[in-house]
Amino acid sequence: MSGLRVLVGCKRVIDYAVKIRVRPDKMGVVTDGVKHSMNPFDEIAIEEAVRLKEKKLASEVIAVSCGPPQCQETLRTAMAMGADKSIHVEIDLATYEKMSPLHVAKLLSKIAQDNKVDLILLGKQAIDGDCNQTGQMTAALLDWPQATCASSIEKTNGDIKVVKEVDGGLETVKVKLPAVVTTDLRLNEPRYATLPNIMKAKKKPMEKKKPVDYGVDIDPRQKVVSVEDPPTREAGQKLDNVQDLVTKLKEQGLLTS
Amino acid sequence: MRDMSMTLDLTLTSLLSNCDRLQGVNMFSQKFIRHALLLSSRGKSGIRCRFRSTQAIAEKVTDGFVEDLRSIVGKANVSTAEAVRDQHGHDESYHETTLPDAVVFAQSVEHVSKVAKLCNDNVVPLIPFGSGTGLEGGINALKGGVCLDISQMKNVIEVNAEDFDCTVESGVTRGELNSYIRDTGLNFPVDPGADASVCGMCATSASGTNAVRYGTMRENVLNMEVVLADGTVLWTAGKNKRSRKTSAGYNLTNLFVGSEGTLGIITKATIRLYGIPEATLSAVVHFPSIQEAVDTTVQVMQCGVPIARIEFLDEAAIDAFNKYSKFDMKVAPSLFLEFHGSPSSVEEQKEVVEEIAKMNNGSNFKWATNADERNRLWKARHEIVYACTALVPGSKPYSTDVCVPISNLPAVIVQTKEMLKKENLVGPIVGHVGDGNFHIFFPVDHDHPEALTKIKAMSEKMSLLAMEMHGTCTGEHGIGMGKRELLEKEVGIEGLRAMQIVKNAFDPNQILNPGKIFPV
Repeated sequence: MSGLRVLVGCKRVIDYAVKIRVRPDKMGVVTDGVKHSMNPFDEIAIEEAVRLKEKKLASEVIAVSCGPPQCQETLRTAMAMGADKSIHVEIDLATYEKMSPLHVAKLLSKIAQDNKVDLILLGKQAIDGDCNQTGQMTAALLDWPQATCASSIEKTNGDIKVVKEVDGGLETVKVKLPAVVTTDLRLNEPRYATLPNIMKAKKKPMEKKKPVDYGVDIDPRQKVVSVEDPPTREAGQKLDNVQDLVTKLKEQGLLTS
Repeated sequence: MRDMSMTLDLTLTSLLSNCDRLQGVNMFSQKFIRHALLLSSRGKSGIRCRFRSTQAIAEKVTDGFVEDLRSIVGKANVSTAEAVRDQHGHDESYHETTLPDAVVFAQSVEHVSKVAKLCNDNVVPLIPFGSGTGLEGGINALKGGVCLDISQMKNVIEVNAEDFDCTVESGVTRGELNSYIRDTGLNFPVDPGADASVCGMCATSASGTNAVRYGTMRENVLNMEVVLADGTVLWTAGKNKRSRKTSAGYNLTNLFVGSEGTLGIITKATIRLYGIPEATLSAVVHFPSIQEAVDTTVQVMQCGVPIARIEFLDEAAIDAFNKYSKFDMKVAPSLFLEFHGSPSSVEEQKEVVEEIAKMNNGSNFKWATNADERNRLWKARHEIVYACTALVPGSKPYSTDVCVPISNLPAVIVQTKEMLKKENLVGPIVGHVGDGNFHIFFPVDHDHPEALTKIKAMSEKMSLLAMEMHGTCTGEHGIGMGKRELLEKEVGIEGLRAMQIVKNAFDPNQILNPGKIFPV
């Protein structure tokens, strides 16, 4: 039985530990000079793909990232973690900032078809957009089954068994391949890239492509109107008795009578 | 009348701060004195019984002084709220909270410099605060004053991956640093367990489970930005210098490492980084006796195995460990081991150590290469302090920290165990045995202070024993408040006088973290 060909999406986002600041023009957040790294859920996806390869269930792991040239750093990290090769879909920064999940899903589905992929592993959501849509849209475009928010993946003959984290608890589903699976936090703990692997990754192949190579139109469908900080928290008030409380609630229109 | 009442205050304050060292002053007398002091206070509200009062010195921190602080750092960065002062009046040790009079949050090294100068000009005590994870009461404001919280400066200034070094501000913790540099393939391996601030680790010359292979802070700090008592800002090895070695003048860097905030305030540090190991293997092995476990350690070191971690836990510690972290280990003296290197070298190391362990009747040798299992094991090991205090809910840890040459380790631990048994004390033993260092984490319950007296006596006996065996009373936690009286015994009166000369040179007004290191 030959191994699975796995495609993993790796988005370059602002590092999770950074304190986000809104840009003065209120049209976005400050990204200049700010530390960026791979979306944590995507790290988990790469780790899972590499573990499948180590278990000899996968034969090749391809990492893909869409965006400006800096995305190549993210792909190098993916290859240092164990991906065999990578694809960089180059998109200039201005256009990239206006992209939405549907655009990415269209690109991923074309790449999956071109590369005869059996399994697409994506993070369940990116920590900047928090959309939680790309995986689902990709599956729909390909007409493939999907299992989202996976906390465990097991291969069983031609299928995979996935335990999903849902509101009510855990749901186990059997999914036929090819399929799209999105990863959740408890799936695994990603490895750190070690120096020798970082060196080796420099020699692994990285294809450079553009959206037009896949026939995908990435014109924006949405326009950002404004980006603002949440209102600053104000000090509370201590009240002396229930009567005062009722008066204050009435003043703020929080009581009907 | 006013003068008399002030005299009464001063008398009571000095009585209080000395009373726990007066022989034969029982707990009732101490409580009476404390109450008397509080009753005599001039109407200042809200100081609860469990705090030591610093009334007499608090006079210096007037409203005018607080206004001066506000004008340096901004109104939002100064607090006299009791809750904030409480947070800044204790660390993770058993020492009772001692409130500073004001807490200042510095946002830049200029703030630190100006606050230092203000405190120095007015002779107000100044205590730097990093992460509050110390174990010797290092940040307790024994004489009140200003607690300068420098934990909000959180920039990683630069990472030089090819040179294996980086520079961080005083608010960056080692966990945050390692997360920041994770994609460079490097890490900062000094691992004291707590997520301590890097500059705080410099101040206490911290060490950890990895020291046997990667060294302590002494070996890993290349340069530091330090603010002196009079506000002078200096770089100990010169600004922007980060050569791996230097012979240029006095070694100021290592003078400040371990100075516990008494010589200057560390605001930045340039530290050495190491490659994340290619392969890691963790193992656990159990022994029928402590002697055999410790003998194994000595033999492993003598074989020159480049072991990364070799940690000892006695039965009491394993029991606490099992209960707290929900493990199922054999309750016996045990060694937790970790090997770093290439996959083949790690295998070789493990085989050598397994053989040595077998020769010493080690059993149930279990090992894990799986990252999740390894992380779980070491996380549980690092939570041993909490596991020990969980044995007595509501308690705080009193930790001993003796460190001796490795060949003397078996004798010290075995004698310690006998002392524990004789005194009928619960004291789990946990040790970085590869360095000859071990801790007893006594759970201290402030509702049962009699146990504390026994524990302190035991701790002193252990320290004296360690010194007889050519060792030290504190391998990594520092002197702080808890070990002041032992310092003279350890370094001798000449050593102590030399340290005092240095202290007086750098801090003539004695404002920097008064009451620490030097015996009162």
